[in-house]
Amino acid sequence: MVTDTQNPPIEENRFFSPQVRFVLTTVAIILVAVWLSRQFNELIRWPQEWVIPVKDWVTAYFYWLSHDLDFGLFKFRDITRGFSWLLSWPLYWSEVFLYRGWSGLGTLLPIPWPAALIGVGLIGHCIAGWRLSLFCMACTLYLVVFGLWEDAMRTFSLVAVAVPFSASIGLMLGVASTRNAKAESVLKVIFDFMQATPHMAYLGPIVIFFGFGQVPAMMAMVIFSMPIMARCTILGLRTVPASVIEAATMSGCTQRQLLWKVQIPAAQNTLMVGLNQVIMQTLAMAVIASLVGASGLGQKLLFSLQQLRIGTATEQGIAIVFLAIVLDRISQAAANRPPGRRVPHLFWQRHIHVILFAIAFVVFVALAQVSPALSVFPKSLTLTFGPGIDEGVKWFSLHFYPYVKPVRDWVTVAILLNVRLFYLVLPWIVTLSVLGYLSWRLGGWRLFVMNLALSSFVLLSGFWKPAMMTLYIVNIAVIISACIGISVGIWSAHNPRVAKIALTICDTLQTFPSFIYLIPVVMIFKVGDLSNIVAILAFATVPSIRYTYLGLSNIAPNTLDAATVSGCTRWQKLRKVELPIAMPEIMLGVNQTVLMSLFMTTITALIGSRDLGQEILKALPGADTGRGLLAGLSIAFIGIITDRLIHAWAKKRKASMGMSDD
Amino acid sequence: MTKTTPHQNPPSSQPTPSSPTSSSKEKTAKISCHNLWKLFGKDPSRFLNQNPSPSPDSLKDEGYIGAVQDVSCEIYDGEILIIMGLSGSGKSTLMRCISLLNPPTSGEVIFDGQNLAQASEPELINLRRHKMGMVFQNFGLLPHRTVLDNVAFPLEIQKLNKDERIERARSMIELVGLEGRENYFPRELSGGQQQRVGIARSLAVEPDVWFLDEPFSALDPLIRRDMQNEFIRLQKMLNKTIFFITHDFDEAVRLADRIGIMKDGRLIQLTTPEDMVRNPADDYVAEFTKHAPLEDILSVNIVMKKLSNGKVPEGSHTLSAQAKLHDIAADVLRSDHVFTVVDDTKKPVGTLERQDVIDALFGAPSLPNSK
Repeated sequence: MVTDTQNPPIEENRFFSPQVRFVLTTVAIILVAVWLSRQFNELIRWPQEWVIPVKDWVTAYFYWLSHDLDFGLFKFRDITRGFSWLLSWPLYWSEVFLYRGWSGLGTLLPIPWPAALIGVGLIGHCIAGWRLSLFCMACTLYLVVFGLWEDAMRTFSLVAVAVPFSASIGLMLGVASTRNAKAESVLKVIFDFMQATPHMAYLGPIVIFFGFGQVPAMMAMVIFSMPIMARCTILGLRTVPASVIEAATMSGCTQRQLLWKVQIPAAQNTLMVGLNQVIMQTLAMAVIASLVGASGLGQKLLFSLQQLRIGTATEQGIAIVFLAIVLDRISQAAANRPPGRRVPHLFWQRHIHVILFAIAFVVFVALAQVSPALSVFPKSLTLTFGPGIDEGVKWFSLHFYPYVKPVRDWVTVAILLNVRLFYLVLPWIVTLSVLGYLSWRLGGWRLFVMNLALSSFVLLSGFWKPAMMTLYIVNIAVIISACIGISVGIWSAHNPRVAKIALTICDTLQTFPSFIYLIPVVMIFKVGDLSNIVAILAFATVPSIRYTYLGLSNIAPNTLDAATVSGCTRWQKLRKVELPIAMPEIMLGVNQTVLMSLFMTTITALIGSRDLGQEILKALPGADTGRGLLAGLSIAFIGIITDRLIHAWAKKRKASMGMSDD
Repeated sequence: MTKTTPHQNPPSSQPTPSSPTSSSKEKTAKISCHNLWKLFGKDPSRFLNQNPSPSPDSLKDEGYIGAVQDVSCEIYDGEILIIMGLSGSGKSTLMRCISLLNPPTSGEVIFDGQNLAQASEPELINLRRHKMGMVFQNFGLLPHRTVLDNVAFPLEIQKLNKDERIERARSMIELVGLEGRENYFPRELSGGQQQRVGIARSLAVEPDVWFLDEPFSALDPLIRRDMQNEFIRLQKMLNKTIFFITHDFDEAVRLADRIGIMKDGRLIQLTTPEDMVRNPADDYVAEFTKHAPLEDILSVNIVMKKLSNGKVPEGSHTLSAQAKLHDIAADVLRSDHVFTVVDDTKKPVGTLERQDVIDALFGAPSLPNSK
């Protein structure tokens, strides 16, 4: 597996093949570590009294920041309050417009639902034509008819206000990075950590500074999604061809003209992809922020889940999914439009969508004065299938749970508990030594130092046990995920029809906020470790499928033809040609699966767990910032260690096959 | 100087009237570069300060890449100067040093008496807005703008009012023969058409100096030929000062007044095509010119026998001294006569017969018994 390309072949003949040598060394290291841990108890479990109380320091620091830090004229607290106040205004007005209405001087009704419906349809049509338009209208109609309009609009207001902030801050940071190499290298590291830290870990510090509610949720959304925009900006600006930049410079552009007239328009597709990601991430965060009191669909869903009202939860979950899909499809269609479009000459043709919306708005506002049902959809007319689902779940429990339960219990007792036990008794010295050796082999001393530093931090700050619990769940989930994902990926790569179906499912699954996956899992398996694993599987398998498919489809046809002509059977071709070539790509997919699994463990904490996710969740209500933040960072560290290892391996592997990275 | 190259033994070896030294005296330099260096590496300017003209070996030892090394040249008003070289020879970097897209590490670039290497950013921007135009190998068109908006772009940057810039852009589009495609997007055009847009854009500001960086290299051979003709046509109308880069010797020969050859960052030889094929500075240049189309390069006055006694063969046909062999070879080779060569003022200056043409094009005979 790990071959050193630099070594001359002569050396390989000396003892064993490099693979065997690698395995033997690993075994030797494990044996030594185990022997050591037999001698000193401290090497098995880090003694409680040796734990450095970093989390208390962090908690104290944040407390000091938020309560005592005084700049003389004003306190740090006043700054955060100022920010909240600033953000609360656009939110207030978008809420007024979307669902709340206004009763200051005379009464102002919120936008009538038929007008909103038409508005969504017009946006869809403007960007991608009739099909998208009808689809979006259907999704919106669901929100109206099932009485979830107001909650959906609460959630959407958050997104609508957070996205412009996040996108513009991200854009500015991205532009700054492309102009200043030093800024870029610093920001890159920060972004790496920010993106590997799960959503939920942001909520702790936010609560300390901003309290509970809509505005803190929005702060979390902005902070969490901003790095994605910055990254896409850097990527987009970098991909503008050098000749375009040179041509613009030779035309006498100033730096500002270059940015606004050339770089940003020429990179608009990548920037729109970034915007799409920002929208999806802010929505995901808006749902999760219900944990810090953000109202809207997420909060309703959280309550329903906590009361195990599966039917209602399903209705609300579908609403979230529809909201997500509408936002995703519209922003994705916008990203896929070719740069530059012909504009019709006449004013009304150019602005047809705006004009039609204005007409619809005025007409329905007028009609709403006459018939209130056209303003707010009457409660008496709303539909629900919640009770039906509840009945179904009951029926399922009655008839199938007797069969599911033994399977679940058997898997839990026979497999999961044993694996868990293994992770818990494993001495830390063994884990660290193997990690260290692997890092050194794959990435040299730099990777060795970094990985050991990160993992020692987890150990020293006293999060080792929950970290091992996280590893246990994630490891099992990733192994199963990878098996499913790679198989489906291979099947898709060989069968276009399967590919079409699989990729559509992947696209759709990817837009679901992570909360959603808890619903069916709880429905079928109730709670327990297995439920957590299944929820993670559902959430995290997508990248394995996608990358496997990509890796296999990108193999040069010549290579495959050569294999066929050499007389390979299909199986031989797959095993000896396709998989080895695609392996780096596949491993990057597995890498994504690992990161997503780690994220999901913070969500599955809601249905019970004993890992780092649970630490974050428990820290939330008590404002135990240090605990939540450090647990979040520990997850980020696990993610980063895995990510660096896999990247180092893929790079080495690609280099040994003579394929350049990027 | 190897024996096998035929054109090194021309029938007459006297200096010819069109030798570079004599013709350049009448011309004024539009741009002149003195000792340009462009190094890539850790701290190139400090390194050059310490040893102002490092040898290739010392560059390598210190870990620097000398993309342009000690280049001095002049670009005369109204001439087409073509720089040739293989990829990596530094020709593109030289162009970017002269246009200050990529400032030189040291040296001077004098443009109309102003040293660009010392010019401030606003001065450079001003210069680019009015005096320079550039065409790129990969076109460098803005994908989100129509043909019209692409061509109008440099004018928009100068904040020219809309009507005027549209009008000027339209006339440029007409000039390059793209009328009717004003509202197309670059992605809807063929490579040749895209480069026409690039040319129109670079000409929209009516620049004095026109930089062309391998403008036709990305095009198919037939279209390339077409675009070269277009270029010749435009230059006849516009008479710009042109700095042109190519790696195609045939292209250089077709278009150039003077050709410079670059190798490893150094300008090895800079002279007229005729002089280059006849007197290559070294083996490298000789290798370059080996397969050059001599009939297109050599003109009659180089190949002819000089009139030593003023006697003109009686009743013979006359040829222009400036004509290329390509144009007269068919006549001369078919005829047993000796032709009289006359200059611009119809004054006889020499004679030409079949043997002279054969020797010039194919070299001296290798078998002893041939004539």
